[in-house]
Amino acid sequence: MKHIISALVENKPGVLAHVAGMFAARAFNIDSLAVGRTETEDLSRMTIVVIGDDRVVEQVRKQLAKLVPVVKVQDFVGKPVVARDLMLVTIACPPEKRPEVFSLIEMFKGKVVDISTRHIMVEVSGPEEKIEGFINVCRPYGIKNVARTGTIAMTRQ
Amino acid sequence: MGGKSTPTAKSPGKESNIKTGAQIVVDTLVDLGVDTMFGYLGGVVLPLFDRLYDAPFNFIIPRHEQGGCHMADAYARVTGKPGVVIATSGPGACNLITGLATAMMDSVPLVAFTGQVRTDLIGNDAFQEADTTGITRPITKHNCIVKDVKDLARTIREAFHIATTGRPGPVLIDLPVDVEVSQCDMSKVSQEIDLPGYRLKHRGHARQITNAAKAINKSDRPVLYVGGGVIAADAAQELRALVEKAHLPVSMTLMGLGAFDQTRPESLDMLGMHGSAYANYAIQECDLLVAIGSRFDDRVTGKVKAFAPQAKILHIDIDPSSISKNVNVDIPVVGDAKDILPRITELLEYRERKEWFEKIANWKKQFPLRYDPGDKVIKPQYVIERLWEATGGNAIVTTGVGQNQMWAAQFYKFHKPRHFISSGGLGTMGYGLPAAIGAQVGQPEAVVVDIDGDSSFNMTMTELSTAVQYELPIKVVILNNGYMGMVRQWQELFYNKRYSQSCLKNPEFAAVAEAMGAVGISVDKPQDVDKAIKQMLSQKRPCVVDFKVAREENVWPMVPAGKSLHEMDGLDIMESMA
Repeated sequence: MKHIISALVENKPGVLAHVAGMFAARAFNIDSLAVGRTETEDLSRMTIVVIGDDRVVEQVRKQLAKLVPVVKVQDFVGKPVVARDLMLVTIACPPEKRPEVFSLIEMFKGKVVDISTRHIMVEVSGPEEKIEGFINVCRPYGIKNVARTGTIAMTRQ
Repeated sequence: MGGKSTPTAKSPGKESNIKTGAQIVVDTLVDLGVDTMFGYLGGVVLPLFDRLYDAPFNFIIPRHEQGGCHMADAYARVTGKPGVVIATSGPGACNLITGLATAMMDSVPLVAFTGQVRTDLIGNDAFQEADTTGITRPITKHNCIVKDVKDLARTIREAFHIATTGRPGPVLIDLPVDVEVSQCDMSKVSQEIDLPGYRLKHRGHARQITNAAKAINKSDRPVLYVGGGVIAADAAQELRALVEKAHLPVSMTLMGLGAFDQTRPESLDMLGMHGSAYANYAIQECDLLVAIGSRFDDRVTGKVKAFAPQAKILHIDIDPSSISKNVNVDIPVVGDAKDILPRITELLEYRERKEWFEKIANWKKQFPLRYDPGDKVIKPQYVIERLWEATGGNAIVTTGVGQNQMWAAQFYKFHKPRHFISSGGLGTMGYGLPAAIGAQVGQPEAVVVDIDGDSSFNMTMTELSTAVQYELPIKVVILNNGYMGMVRQWQELFYNKRYSQSCLKNPEFAAVAEAMGAVGISVDKPQDVDKAIKQMLSQKRPCVVDFKVAREENVWPMVPAGKSLHEMDGLDIMESMA
């Protein structure tokens, strides 16, 4: 089962290596990992998507909490959360295909952020399934490049 | 750069107090109560060692940084105080690795300082540069590099706090040489610990404590499974009070030996792969397993799915991540054993548990730890029994790893904590000799004996000259069978006696000892064992006794890897010796 784990960590050098190293050393699998600053200057938030049974994820949570630079750990499973991915994708799109591709982008509430004669770059955000869905519908046109942030998430108030 | 600068600027109300990084290290350590340290010099720690020249520390120079790290580790294990070790950058730091990993696995409080190249050279593959924090991250409880002298004093205080609290462990501080020499006005920096991510839970949860006591009171067939955590928590007395009040049998892990007096009737001695049959049977038939400061290691549990199959599991541990890691725990109690045990004891009732204790007594009668003493060759177990006799069970015993370690655990009966000093988790061969040195430094009055194997001793025997230099009267008992004994045993049992690369040609250890300035004795007849032990114990100098023992003696009983605890091999062999 997929768990979204949110960890508040000290914003210090080496913390990412510390967390990533622990995952590797304990043979936990990371599906995605996103790191960014928070409203507090000296804290960052890591959102880590982990696949595993409850016991494995419980260990992940405890081992994370044990790391000295990790301030707080939450497992969002079973909680009301908003979870989003951001993707930039470059699709092969000659001028004659533009109308149909643009309508797909519209449907997925994407945004065209760059355009050239043969390609367009699109920005899409949303739940992971939506991102996957967009990749699938674009595949027939030819996907040149994908860059994704990995999931970030927050519980609803 | 000198450490003594005259104060130049004065901030209102506060004397300015300018110090170099090296001076800050020395002053902070003094302030933290450190009086002993181990370490080896090198290029980038020269400024620090210059300050150490007239600092008030008992400083021990090992012959190799690994030895120094084991010494600091054993010093910590016997005293309960954090060990301190210093090494230079690159190779010095790399040589600490085995020692740090040993301390990590056995939860030993240790603070290591490593020198590092200048901050502006870091990452440039400078001479003697290694990514020390990167290399040691998984084998330390915490580590960090100090790049600004203003953070130094605080970081050192944090390191000692982290190393010694909660589940203890090694902490490493990497110190670039320019930070050692740069100056800092101490009146302007905060030395207060700032660790928002490091929270400790000492007090056990009241409801869980009640549940624990209820489960014990209700149990007809309880057994305790006590680990090194009880010793780390200094809770041996609290454990004894609990056992006496409720009347419970006690088994111990290798790391737990000494937590409970093995000469008492409630003791089942050690459990696990080479544990006693009576401990292992008790575990397999108990209805309540009370794990205290132990972590369900595979050498203890055997086949984990079949471990204590009838039991409810109560687990008391300060490390929440130890709970339900390998087995599912029914009643977890997170916190310090020293706090929790007395609170449980208060709620316990005495129960005779006649049937259960009778059953255990029968196992003890049927399957005592036993060997065939013979009279032609020296049996390793015999040496340990005689040593136990001669020292009244009061020696601090360190060990190598393998058969020597298991026999020491089986045949030397410990009755107080911090007396059995052995690499349990990592299983570090070569630990015994440097550990004996560290232990003797920590307990100068104690009789310290390294019960070692010939192969283990070979790994670090260079440290003998350290013992000679500091006039430490350590004793080394080599159970010399000319093999890597435990490996040979596995090859005999599981690899069709193909002794692939497990036989070494040893030097004459007694002659080596003499050459190093220690006393060397060699014994090969059983009737000379007592005399040699007596001679050894009377020495003021370090003394090595090379006991040429039976070459193919095995450690029994043995739970083969992957089997359940009750599936012990060797019981028939042991019975035939009766």
